[in-house]
Amino acid sequence: MRTHFQESLDSLKGKLLAMAGMAEAAIDAAVRAYQERVPELCSKVFENEVMINLAEREIDHLALDLLAMQQPMAVDLRFILAIIKSNADLERVGDQAVNIAERVMELIALPRVELAADIPQMAAMSAQMIRQALEAFISGNAEQAKRVLETDDVVDRMNQEIFLAMDKTMHECPALIRQALDTLLIARNLERVADHATNIAEDVIFWVRGADVRHHALAEEK
Amino acid sequence: MGMSLSVRQLNAWFGRRQALDDITMEIPANQVTAIIGPSGCGKSTFVRCLNRMHETVPEARVEGSVIIGSRNIYGNGVSPVEVRRRVGMVFQKPNPFPAMSIYDNVAAGLKLNGFHKRRELDEVVEHALRMAALWDEVKDQLKKQSGASLSGGQQQRLCIARALAVQPEVLLMDEPASALDPISTSKIEELIFQLKAQYTIVIVTHNMQQAARVADGTGFFLLGKLIEYDATEKIFTTPVDKRTEDYVTGRFG
Repeated sequence: MRTHFQESLDSLKGKLLAMAGMAEAAIDAAVRAYQERVPELCSKVFENEVMINLAEREIDHLALDLLAMQQPMAVDLRFILAIIKSNADLERVGDQAVNIAERVMELIALPRVELAADIPQMAAMSAQMIRQALEAFISGNAEQAKRVLETDDVVDRMNQEIFLAMDKTMHECPALIRQALDTLLIARNLERVADHATNIAEDVIFWVRGADVRHHALAEEK
Repeated sequence: MGMSLSVRQLNAWFGRRQALDDITMEIPANQVTAIIGPSGCGKSTFVRCLNRMHETVPEARVEGSVIIGSRNIYGNGVSPVEVRRRVGMVFQKPNPFPAMSIYDNVAAGLKLNGFHKRRELDEVVEHALRMAALWDEVKDQLKKQSGASLSGGQQQRLCIARALAVQPEVLLMDEPASALDPISTSKIEELIFQLKAQYTIVIVTHNMQQAARVADGTGFFLLGKLIEYDATEKIFTTPVDKRTEDYVTGRFG
């Protein structure tokens, strides 16, 4: 039994989950900043991004060391590959949070308007997908990961609806173009967050089952 | 050209102890097939059954068939000596004949088979040494230097040349690089890769990374049974059997 190696894998997983916590908190803060129009929450997102980037580098470094020093095979090799890929996805989630916070800063500077876009609900769905993907990572549960893939379609539809609504707003009320455009971009970033959650869920399935479910492979499986 | 091997319901015993239990395995021609498994799993016994070496051990016994090309090497009237010419073997520890020159080491098998024409011998020795990637290092010392004076890695390549000189169809390698340093090991591995164009190679190895690097197919043995046999990339990334996964990830024991 390679106890030391197993402990290193556990530690790697722990670090990824800690980073995921930061990414999740960043999205949460950005969306609350949107709802409550609080610039301080945006600053928190910007600060958080630095920490996420540091965590990303540390995880990559550790994963690379394990590949070089332990030459993992089979389930362990798939696990480390899943970690490396999810790590990149979580770092991008941090970037999406920053993008959202930047748009929110702009919105705060503009007059407040009511738009036909349910950003909080879309944010809640995306955040839930990230959480579910990570829970699947914690428990190594491929079924739970599969449910994340299904939710992605719902978020895509929400994004499409917001796009159409903002497009309409921009046509009908040119005075609201900036607000509508910022809202549209926030929705687009949330949709990207859901995509990253989907990627992480696919990585969990690959790790646990050795199955590639990306892109069309899932459709064929169905 | 290499020949395919079809192993069917192969069982082997040492006295009353069964070492191989009903092995059925198709080994394709001109490919490298690795046999992996923990000590005592039967992997060495298995390759020794492929050239009828197992039966040279007192009280050892074999049942089943090994068909090379179209002929069962355990069929009636088949000569074990002829089988061993067609199926060459390289062992863990390089074992050149110490009193013989490099040239004579390679020519030994040929001479034993009644091959004595000087010019033809020269050609075959050179060809075998070239195939074993040793020619350039020893061509000036062929008859002056003894095989035992070479380095470990060179000795192992000399043994490969000696096995190739009699033009086998299959080459069995039992841990061929486990006594060698990393540079000699990579030379042997590179050589294995080149040789498969002309020979069918079966390699026993404890080193899973080595199996992963050189083999097209890999079979995992445990307690005399073939547990899983598949494309090498499958065995090392997504094995089907839990026991295979436990072994390749080091979770055994």
